[in-house]
Amino acid sequence: MTQSVLQPVARRCRRLLVTAVVATLTTLVSGCDTPGQPSVLDPTGPAAAQIESLWWLMFWLGLGVFVLVFGLVLYASFRKRTGDPRSPASTPGKWLILFGGFALPIPILAIVVGYNLFVSEAATGPSFAANDAIPDAATSAEWTIDLIGHQFWWEVHYPNQEVVTANEIHIPVGEPVLFRLTSADVIHSFWVPQLHGKLDLIPGQTNRIWIEAEEAGIFRGICAEFCGTQHAMMHLLIIAQPADEFEEWVSEQQQPIAEINDPLLIQGQQVFMGSACVYCHTIQGMNEAAATDTIGPDLTHVASRLTLAAATVENNRGNLGGWILDPHGIKPGVLMPPTRLNSENFRALLFFLESLR
Amino acid sequence: MAASADRLAEIWTRPPGLVGWLSATNHKVVGVRFIVTSLGFFGLAGLLALLMRLQLALPGLHILSPEAYNQVFTMHGTTMMFLFAVPIMEGVGIYLVPLMIGSRDMAYPRLNSFGYWVYIIAGVTLYISLLLGVAPDAGWFNYVPLADRYYSPGINIDFYATLITFLEVAALVAAVELIVTVFKCRAPGMTLNRIPIFVWSQVVMAFMILFAMPLVMVSTIFLALDRTVDTNFYVSALDGNPVLWQHLFWAFGHPEVYIIFVPATGIVSMVVAAMSGRPNVGYIWLVLSLVAVGFLSFGLWVHHMFAVGLPLLGLNFFAAASALIAIPNGIQIFSWIATIWGSRPKLNTAFLWILAFFFVFIRGGITGIMVASVPFDWQVHDTYFVVAHFHDVLIGGAVFPLFAGIYYWFPKVTGRMLSERMGKWSFWLFIIGYHLTFFTMHFTGLFGMPRRIYTYLPYLGWNGLNLTSSIGSAVIAIALIIFLLNIITSARSGEVAGSDPWNANTLEWAVASPPPQYNFRAIPIVSSRDPLWTHPGFDPEDTTGSNRVIFLADDQQREQLGTTMLDAIPDSRIVLPQPSIWPLLLAISVSFIFIGVMFSVWTVPIGAVFVYIAVIGWTYPREQDWSREF
Repeated sequence: MTQSVLQPVARRCRRLLVTAVVATLTTLVSGCDTPGQPSVLDPTGPAAAQIESLWWLMFWLGLGVFVLVFGLVLYASFRKRTGDPRSPASTPGKWLILFGGFALPIPILAIVVGYNLFVSEAATGPSFAANDAIPDAATSAEWTIDLIGHQFWWEVHYPNQEVVTANEIHIPVGEPVLFRLTSADVIHSFWVPQLHGKLDLIPGQTNRIWIEAEEAGIFRGICAEFCGTQHAMMHLLIIAQPADEFEEWVSEQQQPIAEINDPLLIQGQQVFMGSACVYCHTIQGMNEAAATDTIGPDLTHVASRLTLAAATVENNRGNLGGWILDPHGIKPGVLMPPTRLNSENFRALLFFLESLR
Repeated sequence: MAASADRLAEIWTRPPGLVGWLSATNHKVVGVRFIVTSLGFFGLAGLLALLMRLQLALPGLHILSPEAYNQVFTMHGTTMMFLFAVPIMEGVGIYLVPLMIGSRDMAYPRLNSFGYWVYIIAGVTLYISLLLGVAPDAGWFNYVPLADRYYSPGINIDFYATLITFLEVAALVAAVELIVTVFKCRAPGMTLNRIPIFVWSQVVMAFMILFAMPLVMVSTIFLALDRTVDTNFYVSALDGNPVLWQHLFWAFGHPEVYIIFVPATGIVSMVVAAMSGRPNVGYIWLVLSLVAVGFLSFGLWVHHMFAVGLPLLGLNFFAAASALIAIPNGIQIFSWIATIWGSRPKLNTAFLWILAFFFVFIRGGITGIMVASVPFDWQVHDTYFVVAHFHDVLIGGAVFPLFAGIYYWFPKVTGRMLSERMGKWSFWLFIIGYHLTFFTMHFTGLFGMPRRIYTYLPYLGWNGLNLTSSIGSAVIAIALIIFLLNIITSARSGEVAGSDPWNANTLEWAVASPPPQYNFRAIPIVSSRDPLWTHPGFDPEDTTGSNRVIFLADDQQREQLGTTMLDAIPDSRIVLPQPSIWPLLLAISVSFIFIGVMFSVWTVPIGAVFVYIAVIGWTYPREQDWSREF
């Protein structure tokens, strides 16, 4: 009876298995070089590269240990009988235990723990984490970035350059940048796999981490500590640029909003100032006083960004408009309320926002 | 003799009817209830896992809303840890420990039954919250500030804070019970160095529960106070510290995973010895390893917190300590290899699960060493790599041995063998499904996918891996359905097992299958670690003249033998209480307080009155208990 029940199941299982194996293989082959994939195994910064070397060391040692130990299990189970199992002479007994409990693991652990010490020092630099003992001089560098976590976006300050932005962080290629991390609400975690491991953003505590990119490029980071409803879509981009491009970007970002003459843009500005936008979003040179606290991202140069909604959708007119009218349609549970506007005002607002380059 | 036999059975039979059913205190009844209930919760948590895999099968799906997904993954983890893994290990212990040590029941049968009622009330209430759509939604680890009153104002987290506190009462009760039973109720001659390894593993587990559970109770009580009466233990803006929660939680949470794993290694030791027909090689090493794991597990918790920003030197101490745990585990694995060595064990389903345990647990141990190294953990912490790792050590390390144990002890509990044909089907399907689901997650994690996300963008190279995991989870579900069918059909019509189908070594195989209510008519005198191999054919029903048994007066009341702690020399006769409904009534009264306090603090004084009444009812002396002259 069981057989007749199980046979069609078996056939279906086989089909599913084939699908799954094919899917896995294609992913493993193609997944390794998916552009923009935040892969640990595709390091572009010195810290990530050090950690990758630790991974491969542990991988090969681990593979060796696995083959040896499981091989022994199989050998012990399938070798021919060594005589009466109750007689002590039929088993290697305590020698096997001394080997597996001490001789095998201790040297391997010594290597792994030793290399782990080396990498953890090398990957972090002097002013890592929330160490209060380090001198103030080491807690700030020319390129220092204050990163403040919010549900569900990233507030970015360049204190020495007086630049404020959000979700997209430009850094110069080949220069270590000091990130100081904290949170405005719950715990988040800053993680850009291609550049470094993760470090948490914790309210009431400032964590420090040095980030360096060896090549120009765009590197994705994803919040790595569960932070609520939209944790999944709390991404960020690190945009590493050659020094001249980067400095040009900085000087653009330092500018407040330009003077507006176009009547459509003036109308858009009035819509912005007259609706709820103004309470949460700052535009430098326009409404610093109105936005009481940092609730939403600074929009002074919003049009210069590649993405919207914490680096999860492309920054184009369709997405921008959709986001304003119905943010919950794109990211359910996000804190921004929907905005109701007539079509004329809506169009003017879009033009205005798109002018903020 | 016959009259006496009936009398003994009569004394140990519970009263009839529904009240009798609710009053049962026998360790075998309570043990089976724990096992069946926790398997039920395992099934529920498995369904939640299927929902998650459905939602993640393709990018951008809307099968679950983010709010629902967060409740589902929180309940999956909470159920697996608190409602499945720990209770089932305790349940197996409650059922088997008295049989293995030659005792008639546990030391405090009513407490046992109280623990069970607390457990099921807490578990069912948690699932009611899920049905109402207000289940906890901040993860089983429930980090503050996300879980505090500002960021989770709803009732969801109140369910977590009060029910976890409440549930641990059940765990603590079982722990006390197991410790006293093993130390005071062993058969004469079963000195400490003759206790079966499984019983040792239960003792170590019980001591770990005793020290770990109060930590989580403290942390959840602090949280409940923060949420209800505005204390600020965890509020950084008011000089509290959210990292305190993490320290308290993981100081419990790391021992917790060893609380699950240690008894599983006890099961492995028993099955390996029985299938090999050889006593465990390196008994002392095995016991010392269990104790060492128990101690070490309390010194590792910071490896869950490497990304919090603690000083690097401190982190590396915890990394080294975590690596140390490979030593006792290595000793255990090689002791089992030595036990199996050249004994040509039968490749039945129980032993296949043991082989699968080796395959998956060794791998999980190796990835465990990897994630214990600080910088590598910075990369893979809170990614699917960690999900793969801990499913390897929890499913591979604890659930596989549990399955082996179920195939091994099912005949003892029901008197019938499980079907080998269905067993092998479900085994192979499970192993294939398991690897499709979880082995792939190592790659998913290395390619950058964080945990606890309800969906993902389609262009990050994760689609195929996630689809594979989802298909694999369906295969696991099929395997588990076959397993369930196997249990149901075999319990009715499986091959009759007899008392000792495996020709095994420990005392539970001396009694009939299923065991009589009183377990042992005559209490054996134990003279070795493998009593049934030393004295084959020992029959505890045979009270006529063997010199290996001690008779208890069996015509008056429930009695068992008390023995000394180290050498198990008889020193007392323990009169056990009759079955009683009061443990259930006390459990209901206590639940009234714990559950009610979420809504009104007035339930505390009102509930206290109920508790007072229930305790009096519980302890009220009955004439029959004390009329006998000693």
